[in-house]
Formats: sequence, structure tokens, C-alpha cells
Amino acid sequence: MEAFVTSWLATLPTFATPLLLASVGLIIAERAGVVSLAAEGYMAVGALAAAAVTLTTGQPGWGIALGVLAGAALALLFGIVAVVFRADQILAGLATVAAGLGITGVVGREYVHQTFEGVAPFDPGMLGTIPWIGPLLFGQDPLVYLALAVTVASWWAVFHTRFGLRLRAVGEDPATADVAGVDVQLHQLVAVALCGALCGLGGAYLSVAGSSVWVEGMVAGRGWIALSLVIFARWQPLRAVLGAALFGGVEALLPRLQAVGVDMPVYLGAMLPYALTIAVLIAAGVSRVGATAEPASLGLPYIRQDRR
Amino acid sequence: MIDRAGVAAPVLSMRGICKRFDDRLVLDHAGLEVAAGEVHALLGENGAGKSTLMNILTGVYTADTGDIHVGGARAAIRGPRDARAAGIGMVHQHFRLVDRFTVTENILLAADGQIGLRRASEAAAALAVTSAELGFAVDPTARIADLSVAERQRVEICRVLLLGARIVVLDEPTAVLTDREATSLLAAIRRLADAGRSVVLITHKLREVAGHSDRVTIMRQGKTVSASLDAKGLNADDLARRMVGEITPPERRAVVSAPGPDRLIATDLTVARPDGGVGIDGVSLRVRAGEILGVAGIGGNGQQQLADAVTGLAAVTRGSVSIDGTTVLPGGVAARRALGLRVIPSDRMASGLIGDLDVADNLALTRVARGRYGVAWLQRGRMRQDAAEAIADHGIAGATPTRKTRLLSGGNAQKLLLARELADGVAVLVAHSPTRGLDVKACAFVQQLIRRAVDGGAACLLISEDLEEVLALSDRIAVMSRGRIVGECTAGSSARDVGALMLD
Repeated sequence: MEAFVTSWLATLPTFATPLLLASVGLIIAERAGVVSLAAEGYMAVGALAAAAVTLTTGQPGWGIALGVLAGAALALLFGIVAVVFRADQILAGLATVAAGLGITGVVGREYVHQTFEGVAPFDPGMLGTIPWIGPLLFGQDPLVYLALAVTVASWWAVFHTRFGLRLRAVGEDPATADVAGVDVQLHQLVAVALCGALCGLGGAYLSVAGSSVWVEGMVAGRGWIALSLVIFARWQPLRAVLGAALFGGVEALLPRLQAVGVDMPVYLGAMLPYALTIAVLIAAGVSRVGATAEPASLGLPYIRQDRR
Repeated sequence: MIDRAGVAAPVLSMRGICKRFDDRLVLDHAGLEVAAGEVHALLGENGAGKSTLMNILTGVYTADTGDIHVGGARAAIRGPRDARAAGIGMVHQHFRLVDRFTVTENILLAADGQIGLRRASEAAAALAVTSAELGFAVDPTARIADLSVAERQRVEICRVLLLGARIVVLDEPTAVLTDREATSLLAAIRRLADAGRSVVLITHKLREVAGHSDRVTIMRQGKTVSASLDAKGLNADDLARRMVGEITPPERRAVVSAPGPDRLIATDLTVARPDGGVGIDGVSLRVRAGEILGVAGIGGNGQQQLADAVTGLAAVTRGSVSIDGTTVLPGGVAARRALGLRVIPSDRMASGLIGDLDVADNLALTRVARGRYGVAWLQRGRMRQDAAEAIADHGIAGATPTRKTRLLSGGNAQKLLLARELADGVAVLVAHSPTRGLDVKACAFVQQLIRRAVDGGAACLLISEDLEEVLALSDRIAVMSRGRIVGECTAGSSARDVGALMLD
């Protein structure tokens, strides 16, 4: 039992980290009032860019950097459409998902199924022998620790800096923020770009750290799950850790259960994360905490009420 | 401008300010002079230009012509930042606060690190000093959403002062307050002036002019009609006359028939505002067949709540409404319409007509329920035929049965609305500002249609902020102030009499 739990917990962060990064990115964008449905697309381009660059240069570090940039670039495209030109955020987001998945399908053909040397986990050494939690805490790859640091930094930035104050003001009441001298569109664009960068990092994690290979469709709906994690986290970056761990934990558990011979239909298991997503959304809807934590101007394009 | 002994050189002087909105001259060489350490009341009816003048001072609008001098030097105010740099701050009627934020967060947002407030603790400390100066307590950690209107207003005032305002403009600050809250606010305003700041108090309440201001400037129709009068020794009659001007009662038709039986009776109607304040409080009125009862008053004194209560849109906490002897409370809009209630709402495009539907659809809107156009399938032909007739009868320019309604001009949209509402079976007509924004010709036509409906036996409740209109149309006039009917005048009363009651 101990061995089972220890090894399950050890693999949990691998599944949780992409979800965590994407949901923290989405929280930043939504705090600024922008619904960015395209997380799935950002993750896909991030995953491909990271894999392609790592394959070409042999440097996972460069791969990850390019993954981040690719996610941010696609997000900026969405931002220009949805924030600058005030297109409907839902439609623009869906179109961006299609664009992201389409680009990866075409560009990615020559990189499919080529394995490479990705990011390796740290060797926990003696610390790895601590029962239950040793490998979980000390045997992860650098990106897991980076993701946690990014989450804490995002929380700090959103709630304890002037930038964060302006960001939240824009998401709550853009007219008031405008009067206070805040450039509403600039803050929304920056937030969307940050969202894309974090989603891109999450995607890069999938290919460079999670599997060391790129295949089409490897994001597999994680961008959509991240969107519901935002609601689960009530738009609080630190609570997103909890949500990501829950979902990552379920995902990590399934192959382990099969490995120890638990008889369970494969499809039922594969369905579990999505069923859990629906359950989380219903719970948030019923408890109505979601409604009270949601930024008041979420999804509404801001048009200044000029009389002249 | 009057130069009186004992008044210091003006800290603020606005001269020759003109402002046009779409060819409408809203300000016509308006001006204002304010001295240091005084409370200066700016008095005028709705639409007199007070708020526009102050919005120019605070950089929300820019003036077409005119100068602004602050502290003796010419100030070029092109935006809110310029106004703030010149030491001018305004507390608007609609507060500019983020509801989800705490008081401190709101102050930090506005300060944005520029005035030495970078941390919550610094903002809270500065807030404590300022609020103590004003004589009230503000909890820096409270969320705006949890505060009362009066408390939010205090936060706004503190914020304006923390941003360094020497000239503080308050736009009808007591309109949203209870009497007791208003008294405490006026005391705080006096403390501000005693500390050497200047306060411009936009108001239309006599008590605030006489009891709490040093000088008063009166505006009418975009002009400054009386500049910097000494507030002491002014009486209500004099102020009302200056504010509304001399209106000669227009020619009215002699009352031909004695009014018939009561058609609309409202008794003790009480409606709360969504923010918890009093909308209307114990309003009773009766309108007889063949009679127009005008409700005069300055906007925001309960007119909207009265209209909504009678038409069935507002939740009534107390009182009753009956139409032709049938009690309609409780009961929705449909039941009242079936009894012959017809409505001209104050915002015709928001709650009268649907802009994206065509003219025939809009005309049919209130009649489909009665089966005029078939039960299951709509008889389009009949709808179009009716629409064509209505367009011809009412001279609705630019309309065809299939044209989208939002393409009509204001006057023609209003004619369309009247054509629908007055088409058949009118028992009671509630007309709220029926000629707002219309030109002279459309205005006359609308008034004529209302008159015709009333002569045909309908009872009309005419609620209007346009005193001239009320005087011209009404058989009796009820005056509303602070949610109550404060007096009744007969047809042919002078604007001065009614105006004095409005100021109560």
C-alpha cells in the first residue's frame, strides 16, 4: 500500500502541472475581464513549439522558452481580435482554438512520434526514501517547482501589487478604472498575453517534461479542464493548486490502478476527469460561490461612454 | 461679476463657457466664480446646464469656448488628469467606486502611487486623518458593496480630498441621503470650507441654499442668470422665479365638460428603491374621465417609481391601485392593460418600442395577445394593413410597415408609440415625459394626441419634469418632492407657485 501511494503521489505533479499553469494563466486573464476559451489552442502550440525546438537544437531549455512565446503569440492574436477590436470573446476564443489546433496539425507533421531527450526529474537521493511523500516533494523535474513558484508569484502580483490592483479593477468595473487613469485595453492585452505564456508553458511541459515526444492531440482537452478549474479555484491562483492536484491525482491514479490489476473499463476511467469537471461546475453553480467570486465585467467588452 | 467687499479674490473663475451637443447649445456663455473658503450653491432646474458646466470644469467634456482660471492663472483643462492637477475634484451622483474592492483598494486605485500612497497601510492612515477632519468614520477594510449609500459617498469625498482637491464639486449630494445623513454631510461640507477649501454644491433644494451656502449662482437654459448672490436673505419665491423664469401660462382650451367618474385611483402607494431608499411614500391620487392630472417635480423625486407602481412594473410595499373600480393590486401588467391601461414610458426605446423589430411588429405587440392577428399563425397581411393605416393617420415620416423601428427619428418613434397605445380602448393613460427630446412640432402633435384621447373619455396621469408642459396640458397639478405629493395646484397656476412647491 505504501509503495502504491508513494509512487502514485510521485507521478501526480506530472499530470497536475500543465493544468495548474493553464488555470493560473486563465485566472489572470479573467481577473482582467477577458474570457479566453482558447487555452487548449495555446497549450497545443506551446507543446509543438517546445518539441520542435528541442528536437532541432537538443536544448529543452530553448524548447520551453519557445513554447512560452508561441502560446503568448497566439494569445496576443486573440487579444487583438477580442480586446482591441472588441469581437465577441466567446467566438474569438473558439476560433483561436481551431487556429491553434490547425496550426499544430499542419506544422507538426514532420515532428510526430520522434522522441527526444526532455527535462529529467531531480534525483531525490536520500530524501526520496522518506515514506509516502519523499519522491512527491523532492523527486520532481524543475518545471514542477517553477510552476509552483509562478503560481505564488501570480497570487502576489494579483493581490499585492499596483499592477494587480489595476488588473482587478479592469475586470470588475472598467469604467471606474478608466476614470482612475488605468489603460483598460493595455491591461487586458497584457493579461491575455500572460495567460497565453502560461498556457504555452503548460503545453511545453506536456511534450518536453511529461512525455518527451510530440503527437497531435496530446493536449487532449486539458485546456478545457483548466477553464473549469478557474471556477473551482474561485479565481484565486493558490486555490488552483488544489484543483490541479485533484484532477492530476485522478489522472495519475488510473494507469496505476490498471497496473495493479484493478478490473475497470478503460473508457470509464478515461471519462473520469471530464465527469469530475461537470461535477465541479454543477457544485460551483449550486453553491453560488462561483457567481459571487466571478469578476463582475467578465466577458464584456469595454466601450468608453463618450458623449463627444 | 460682482466684486463685493469681504470676499477674497476668486480661486476659481469660469467665464463665457459655451458647449454644443449635436447642434444643441447646452451652455450659452455660462460662468461661475468661487472664492476660497466658501460653499457656493449652483442652482437650476434639470437640464439647466449645471452638470455640464461642472463636467467641463472636471475635464469630462471640453468647452467649445470660454476660459477657466484657477488661483488666478489660466488653466487648460483637457481631461480629468488636468483637472486633478489643478486641484479640482468632483463627487458624481453615480459613484465611481469598484464595488468588490475595499475602501483602501479604491483609494489606492485612484492614487496609483502618485501621491505618496503606495501601500494599504499608508492609504488607511491618510484616510483616517481625512475622515476625522470631516467628522465621520470610514472603515478602510470594508468592501464598498457592504456600505450604505451615505458611506459610499463619504468614501468618495475622502478620495477626492486625498487626491489633493482644493475645489470640491458635489453633484446633488443629498439627493440620495436621508434627512439625518444630509444634515451630517452639510456639516462636513461646512468644515471643508472652514479649512480653506472651496465647495461647489450643485442642488435644487432651497434649504441647502439658504441654510448652508454662502453664495449662490443660478442657471437657466444654459445661461448664468444670477451670479454669486449672497445666500442670506434670499426667499423661496425669489429663487423659484429666478430658477424657472417667468412663464406666461399658455393658451389652454376652456374646460368643456365636467370631468366624469374616477377612472384611476391610487391610495397610499409606497415603493422602495432598489438601493433601499424611499422611492415614493404614501402617494394618493385620483384621475377622472376626461381629465389630465399633471405631476410636476424635479427629476429623481419619485416620478419613475410612481409610473412603475401604477403600470405594474414596481413592487409596491403598501397601498392600492384601481382602474375603473377594479383593484389591480396584486396583478401584473397584462391584467392592467386588459382593463385599458396604456403607457408612454419615459424612455421610449428602452421600454416602449423594440428597435430591431419592424414597424408593423411593434404596432402589433400589444394586440397579438387579444387575438386580433390570429390565434396560432400571425396574419401578416392584416398587421401590415393596420400599420400602413397608422402611419398615414399619424404622419409618421420615414416609416413603412417593414422598416426597422430604430431607424425612425425620436419624434416619429414617439408618434408610432402613441399610435399603438391610443389605438383602442384607452381607459387610463400614464404618460411619462411624453415630449422629452422632441422638437416643437412633434411636441405639439404628441400633446394634441393626448388631449384628444382624454376628450374621448380617458383619464391621463401626466408625469413630467418639464414644468411648461405640465402647466400647458393639465387640468390639475400635483407637485412631487422626495417621494411625496407635497401640494396640489389648479389649472392656470403660475410657474412660480408650482416652482416654489417643487423646491420644498
